[in-house]
Amino acid sequence: MTWSASARGAHQPDNTAFTQQRLPAWQPLLSAGITLPLFFCAGLAFIGLGLGLFYSSNGIKELEYDYTGNPGTGNCSLCAAEGQGRAPPPNCSCAWYFSLPELFPGPVYLYYELSNFYQNNRRYGVSRDDAQLSGLASALRHPANECAPYQYSATGLPIAPCGAIANSLFNDSFSLWHQRQPGGSYVEVPLDRTAIAWWTDYHVKFRNPPLVNGSLALAFRGTAPPPNWHRPVYELSPDPNNTGFINQDFVVWMRTAALPTFRKLYARIRQGNYSAGLPRGAYRVNITYNYPVSAFGGHKLIILSNISWMGGKNPFLGIAYLVVGSLCILMGFVMLVVYIRYQDQDDDDNDDE
Amino acid sequence: NNKVDFSYNQLADPNFSFYDNTLVEAVKSEDHLVYLFFLCLSLCHTVMSEEKVEGELVYQAQSPDEGALVTATRNFGFVFCSRTSETITVIEMGKTRVYQLLAILDFSNERKRMSVVVRTPENRVMLFCKGADTIICELLHPSCASLSDVTMDHLDDFASEGLRTLMIAYRELDNAFFQTWIKKHSEACLTLEDRERKLAMVYEEVERDLMLLGATAIEDKLQSGVPETIVTLSKAKIKVWVLTGDKQETAVNIAYSCRIFKDEMDGVFIVEGTDRETVLQELRTARYKMKPESLLESDPINICLARKPKMPIRVLDEIPNGNYGLVISGYSLAYALEGNMELELVRTACMCKGVICCRMTPLQKAQVVDLVKRYKKVVTLAIGDGANDIGMIKGIGHEGMQAMLSSDFAFCRFRYLQRLLLVHGRWSYSRMCKFLSYFFYKNFAFTLVHFWYAFFNGFSAQTVYDTWFITCYNMIYTSLPVLGLSLFEKDVNETWSLCYPELYEPGQHNLYFNKKEFIKGLMHGIYSSFVLFFVPMGTIFNSERSDGKDISDFQSFSLLVQTTLIWVMTMQIALRTNSWTLISHTFTWGSLGLYFCVLFFLYSDGLCLRFPSTFHFLGVARNNLSQPQMWLCLVLSTVLCMIPVIGYNFLKPLLWPVNVDKVLNRIHFCLKHPLPPPVQTKVKHPGLRRSAYAFSHKQGFGDLITSGKTLKSSAFMKKQEVL
Repeated sequence: MTWSASARGAHQPDNTAFTQQRLPAWQPLLSAGITLPLFFCAGLAFIGLGLGLFYSSNGIKELEYDYTGNPGTGNCSLCAAEGQGRAPPPNCSCAWYFSLPELFPGPVYLYYELSNFYQNNRRYGVSRDDAQLSGLASALRHPANECAPYQYSATGLPIAPCGAIANSLFNDSFSLWHQRQPGGSYVEVPLDRTAIAWWTDYHVKFRNPPLVNGSLALAFRGTAPPPNWHRPVYELSPDPNNTGFINQDFVVWMRTAALPTFRKLYARIRQGNYSAGLPRGAYRVNITYNYPVSAFGGHKLIILSNISWMGGKNPFLGIAYLVVGSLCILMGFVMLVVYIRYQDQDDDDNDDE
Repeated sequence: NNKVDFSYNQLADPNFSFYDNTLVEAVKSEDHLVYLFFLCLSLCHTVMSEEKVEGELVYQAQSPDEGALVTATRNFGFVFCSRTSETITVIEMGKTRVYQLLAILDFSNERKRMSVVVRTPENRVMLFCKGADTIICELLHPSCASLSDVTMDHLDDFASEGLRTLMIAYRELDNAFFQTWIKKHSEACLTLEDRERKLAMVYEEVERDLMLLGATAIEDKLQSGVPETIVTLSKAKIKVWVLTGDKQETAVNIAYSCRIFKDEMDGVFIVEGTDRETVLQELRTARYKMKPESLLESDPINICLARKPKMPIRVLDEIPNGNYGLVISGYSLAYALEGNMELELVRTACMCKGVICCRMTPLQKAQVVDLVKRYKKVVTLAIGDGANDIGMIKGIGHEGMQAMLSSDFAFCRFRYLQRLLLVHGRWSYSRMCKFLSYFFYKNFAFTLVHFWYAFFNGFSAQTVYDTWFITCYNMIYTSLPVLGLSLFEKDVNETWSLCYPELYEPGQHNLYFNKKEFIKGLMHGIYSSFVLFFVPMGTIFNSERSDGKDISDFQSFSLLVQTTLIWVMTMQIALRTNSWTLISHTFTWGSLGLYFCVLFFLYSDGLCLRFPSTFHFLGVARNNLSQPQMWLCLVLSTVLCMIPVIGYNFLKPLLWPVNVDKVLNRIHFCLKHPLPPPVQTKVKHPGLRRSAYAFSHKQGFGDLITSGKTLKSSAFMKKQEVL
C-alpha cells in the first residue's frame, strides 16, 4: 500500500520502517537440518562435561562422622544423654578417632554439618538486624522489631546481636590431634580459624560498632548478649580482629542456609607440616559438645574434605549433565526416526495436492 | 458510440457523459411522455440544490441514486433549480417554471416508493411516483398493462446486468378528489396515535391507478478488487453471506460477479416460498440434496436436538457433498426466522458455500446475524455502508445513527478487508496469543518454585527470591521482550499471509490460545519451576566453593534460582520469536543485560551499607557469579527447559500436522529454495463490471423538506454486506 505524501491524513502514521512494521528481520528456522545436529552436539558436549565433572567430584576425598550421639554410636552418646532435657546443657567433651592409611591430600577443610535445622524458615530467617550488624551505633541500642522475641533482654537491655539466628549460634568446638606413630603421643594439628567467612561479609557487611575509648567492651556497654550465649559478643575471641560482630564463626553462622541440611566451614588445615594434607596415621578430634540437636531430631556431623577446581564433593552436577546429555541424544534419535518416517509422508501429501 | 453533446443546455453538468442519442432526440422533439418522464425525475426526489457560485448548481442528495437521476435530468434540460418547503423551481428547456409542492409521500422501507403531489403552473394537480418495480407495477392503471409488460422485460434485462432499477409513474388528480384527499392527509399528519399506519393508508388511497412512464436503471461500478477479496476470504474459510435489500436477480448477479457464486457450483437453491410450509419444504429439500442423512433421525444433530430441544445449543458443522449456494428472499426469510424454523435455516444455510438473502429489511439483517451467532457460536463480521446496515452491525434493531459511528472499523475500500483480516488480523491474533501464553508461562514458572521450596523450609512461606527481584521481575526484567514480541512478531510476512489465506484458519478455531494451550502453558510452567528449583538445589546442596567456603546459603540459592529463571525466560521468548528485528534483539538481550546491571547495583556495597535493613544481599552476586558450578547449573537448567519446547515444536507438525503446518512448511521450503514467490493469481472477472445495490433511499427526508429545515448532506459510498 503506497501513500502519496500529499494524500496523507492527519492521523496517519509516518511512513517509516518502524511505524509500518517493515523493520528488516532475521527469521531463523529450527529446521531438521539444525535441530537434529544441535541435539546430538549438545548431547555429546553434555556427556563430555558430565564425565569431567563426575570424575573431578569423585576424586575429592571426604571423611565424615555423625557425632549427634545416638545411643551406641561412640562416646558422644554420653554427652547427648547427659544433655537430654537440660537447658543449658552441661559442658561435655567427646572424641572421634579415625586413622588415615595414606595421605589425605590438602588443602583440607573441616566442616560441621547440621541436618533438620530449618535456617530457611521465614520467621527465623528475618530475625536479625543487618543495620546493627553493620556497626550502626543507633541500631545497636535499638534492635529491629524483626528480632523479637530476642530484641530486648528480660531486664530491658537491647540484645546485641539480636534475633533468633544469632541466639542459635553453633557453639560446639573441635580440635584435631595427630598420632604419628602407633602408641605415640597426639600432636595438635593447627586449625586456621581465620578467613572462613566470605571476604565481603567479613570486611564489608559485618562491622563492629565504633570503639569507645579504644575498647570494644565499652562500645557494647548497655547491651545484653543473646539469652543462649554464655559470654558477650565482644568476648567471642581474644583476637581483636575476630571478635564482636566480625567473629568469623559468627559471620559464617549468620549467612543462613538455604536448605534444612547444611554444612559450614569450621577451619582450614594449611599450616606447618599439614599444608600438603593430612599425613597417614591415627587422628583424634576432640569435640566440645554443647549444641543440643536432639530436641528437633537433628544430626551433627563433622567432615574433613578437600576440594577441586569446581568446589567440594557434589556428584549432582556431573550426574545431571550425563543424564541430560543422554536425554538429548535419545531425543535426537527419536526425532530423527520420526522425521524420516513422517517426512516422506508429508512429501507424498504434497505430491498428491 | 459518441458522447451526447449537451451544449444546448447551459446548465448541464460537464462531468456527466451519456451515449444514447435517441433519448436526446426524443427530448428535443418534446414528446409528451418523455417530457413527463423527465419532469417526474426532476420533481420527485428529496435532493437539495445549492448555488455556491453564480450559475454553478451543486446537488446534495441523501442517496447517490437520487443525485445521479437528478443530475441526468438536469443534463437533458430539466434543471432542478431550487426548492422551498412549498415550491420547486425547475428550468424546463430554458423556461423557468415554479411548481407548487402540495405533498411529499415519503419513502419508507415498507412502501419502497416515494411520490410528490404538485400543482403545475397550469393549475393541474399531478402526482409523480417512483419506486421499486414490484411495488409500482401493482399500482398501475390497467390501461398500462402492455407498456408494463415491455417495461418489465427491460427491467429484467437491466437487473441481469446488475443495474439498480426504479419505475416511474404519474397520475393526474381530479381537483375535487385532491381536496378531499389532502384533508385526510393533513388529518393523518396531525394524528398522535398510530400516525405511520394512518399515513400509509392515506398514501395508498392516492397512489393507485398510476400511469407508467418508464424505468430507470443505474449502474454502480463495483469497487476494484471486490471479487479477488471475496475469493481470498473464502479461501481463508470465511463464509460470505450477502444480506441485501436488492432484487433477487440483482443480488444473484452480484453474487456471481463477486465470485460468491461460481458457475462450477453443483447447484443454487432458491427459497422463495410465501408461506410457512413451502419455505420449510424448500429448506429441507435443499438439505436433502446436500446431505441426505442429515434428515434421518440417526443424525447426531437430530439426536442432540431431540434430547434437549429448548437449550441454547451449538450446531456443529456439517459437511455437504458438494458446493452449493442458497438464495432466500425477505418474504421467505420472515417465515424462516420464526422460532422453530431457525434451526432448519441455519443448518441448510451453513452447508452452503455462499448465501444470498435479498429483499431484506434492516431488522432481518440484524436477525440473521444474530441467528448465526447464536447457533454457530462463531465470530461474525458485519460490513455495511448505510443506515439500514446499522442494526446488523450493532446486532440490534436501532436505526438512525450513521453506520460509521456504530461500526468498530471504517475503511474506504472493500478490498482493504483482506489485508485487515489476513495480515493485520492474523498478526494481531498470533501476537496476542503468544503474549498471553508466554505471560502465563513466565508467571507459573516464577511462582511455582515456591511450591517446591515449601517442602524444604517447613512450609513457612519463605520466598525463594530476593524481594527486590520479585518487585522487578514482571515490571522490569521480563516486560520488554514480551512487549517487543507482541508488537513486532511476524511468523510469516504479509506477502505470504496474503498468498496463503489458509493461514488465517487457526484464529477461527481458536487454535493458538484456548483451554488446551493454557493447560500446556501450565504444565510447561510446572515443569520449568521443577527444573528451576531442583537443579539449583542439587547444585548448592552441601557444596563449597573452590576456596572451601560454603555457598549453600539462602542468598546464594536465591541468586542462583533467579538468575537461572531470567535466563530460562530469555531463552523461552527467544524460542517464541520468529522474526528478529533490531528491536527484538535489543529488548531480549538488553533485558538480560539489564538484569545483571540491576543485580550488581542492588547488591553493591554502597547501597547495602547505606540502607542495611532494606538491601541484604551484599556481595552475593560477586561471590557467586565467579563460581563455575553456578554457570554450569544455569546452562543445565536453561537447556533442560528448552529441550521439551524444541522437541515439541519439531515433532508436532510431523506427528499431528494441521493445515497451517503444511502451509508453513511450503513457505519455508520456498524461502529456502528461492523460486520466484508465487504471484497472486488475479481472479478473472467479466469485463463489464456490474453491481446493484439496495434501494438506498432513506425515510424522513420528505418530512425534513416540507418542514423547511435544511437538509444536511450525507454521502455514503458503497455497500456490500458480508457476513
